[in-house]
Amino acid sequence: MNGPNLSVEIAGVTLDNPIVAASGTFGFGIEYSDYVDLNKVGAISVKGLTLEPRKGNPPSRIVETPSGILNSVGLQNPGIDHFINHDLPMLKQYRTKVIANINGKTIHEYCQMALKLQNTEVDFIELNISCPNVSQGGVSFGTDPDMVYRVTKAVKCCCQQPLIVKLTPNVRDIKEVAHAAEEAGADAISLINTLVGMAIDINTRKPVLANVTGGLSGPAIKPVALYMVWQVAQTVNIPIIGMGGIMTGEDAVEFILAGATAVAVGTANLVSPTAMLDVLEELIKYMENHDIDDIHQLIGGLVL
Amino acid sequence: MKKRIISPIIQNIKIAHGTYKMTLFAPYIASNVTPGQFVHIKIPRDSSLLLRRPISVNGVDKNNGTIDLVYRVVGKGTSLLSKLKPNELDLDLLGPLGNGYKVEENIKSLWLVGGGCGVAPLKLAAQKWSNLDITAFLGFKNKSEAYQIDDFKNLCSQVFISTDDGSLGEKGFITHILIKHISELRPKLILGCGPISMLKILKQISERYDVPCQISLEERMGCGMGGCFVCSCAIGIKDSWDYKKVCTDGPVFDSREVIFDEWP
Repeated sequence: MNGPNLSVEIAGVTLDNPIVAASGTFGFGIEYSDYVDLNKVGAISVKGLTLEPRKGNPPSRIVETPSGILNSVGLQNPGIDHFINHDLPMLKQYRTKVIANINGKTIHEYCQMALKLQNTEVDFIELNISCPNVSQGGVSFGTDPDMVYRVTKAVKCCCQQPLIVKLTPNVRDIKEVAHAAEEAGADAISLINTLVGMAIDINTRKPVLANVTGGLSGPAIKPVALYMVWQVAQTVNIPIIGMGGIMTGEDAVEFILAGATAVAVGTANLVSPTAMLDVLEELIKYMENHDIDDIHQLIGGLVL
Repeated sequence: MKKRIISPIIQNIKIAHGTYKMTLFAPYIASNVTPGQFVHIKIPRDSSLLLRRPISVNGVDKNNGTIDLVYRVVGKGTSLLSKLKPNELDLDLLGPLGNGYKVEENIKSLWLVGGGCGVAPLKLAAQKWSNLDITAFLGFKNKSEAYQIDDFKNLCSQVFISTDDGSLGEKGFITHILIKHISELRPKLILGCGPISMLKILKQISERYDVPCQISLEERMGCGMGGCFVCSCAIGIKDSWDYKKVCTDGPVFDSREVIFDEWP
């Protein structure tokens, strides 16, 4: 085998390559198997899970905005038990690492889910304290550093797998929040979740989304995401999964140079089912063109 | 199996006010599509328009390997599509996606009920099941927005037309004409597609006269693969329903299962 080394390690777990599916943009992976060899994806963060099955918000749940999309799904999912019994076994037939993205209304609920995931084949738990589209829990846990510390600490005490904490950009100082998560024992940090936004239909004078507001993602938020990843990389010593508008291999390189160990592809999955494989191929091409034989030569390689 | 296809544009013409028909070379889709299924089109040229546009298949020519798509210009994406010229570029599309209409072998007569844009997928149904006794009920806003009526006349035993202003066919909603005929003729199956307001009435009619009815739903869509959970519709029975995915659970559903009260 030649070609550059792409494998990265996050909290003792090795990913074949640094490309991760962002939660909520790639279902449970299996939906895409007609188009994508799931063995070739570094890791898949599955659709956000809750303790009980959840209906989600009424439609419309999506609207296109300039170079972005706003969504307000509201965590529709079949519940964590269904995931463990039905979706996880199917996904574990592939080499890709599985990240269970969990969402609670209370700290207790987050802990209950972490307990349910003990002794399962899940490789990582991702603590989603950054969903902007639910009325209870979600982003309300992620905006206050003290709260971030409390929920991270509580889940860390009862989870078996490495814990990734997913941060929201809708905060005054992302460094404070990242620091709180690291202090509480987070094994890795993923960022950014979506930025809160809205769109109005000027003919009906109504919001386009039934939930009124939604989370903005896509190339429109990439510069913001990149800046936040760079800030956090200077603050914490744990690995970072960077995301926010990554559409190409070049975008991925930017996040890695800013300090991300792995990168998640989200909105691009809605544009093209093969987006992650395309990003991976372009990343390899970049490395070959620049005589880089190991991805670690790029991580945090920003020159100031 | 669904595939990603790079499809040359053969023809792209205006067929009614604000309505266009695009013919694409896509032999795989032409051979495998079921009426009611759709293709998911990447808008070329403007990368700021991220989302694909789901458009149902209007007709196929298996010998030439082509498919027809009929679409209305409603925004930037469809406006851009309408300006594309034959052989100018190839479109990136995914398909065939979704579950189409299902017509059991014992069905001998079929009613098609379409409104506006929703007439488009029913033409493929008329084409596929042209050996059956088909009656079509087609509603448009006015004469200038009507299209493909001669095609339906060639494929169906009977065609009823209505327009909101009476400029073509009878004046009024197409469901009013449908109701005039349903009590005496009692069709075995209705296939419907059109605006929500029409589908709501169609559901009521099918339940009142106990005629099975399949309707095709439309909702703002993301991936088209069932992965992003955005194109939701309420399916089930009152007090026991779930949001299903228009893209992979639908777009065609049994009208009895569709809970329109949950639409805003």
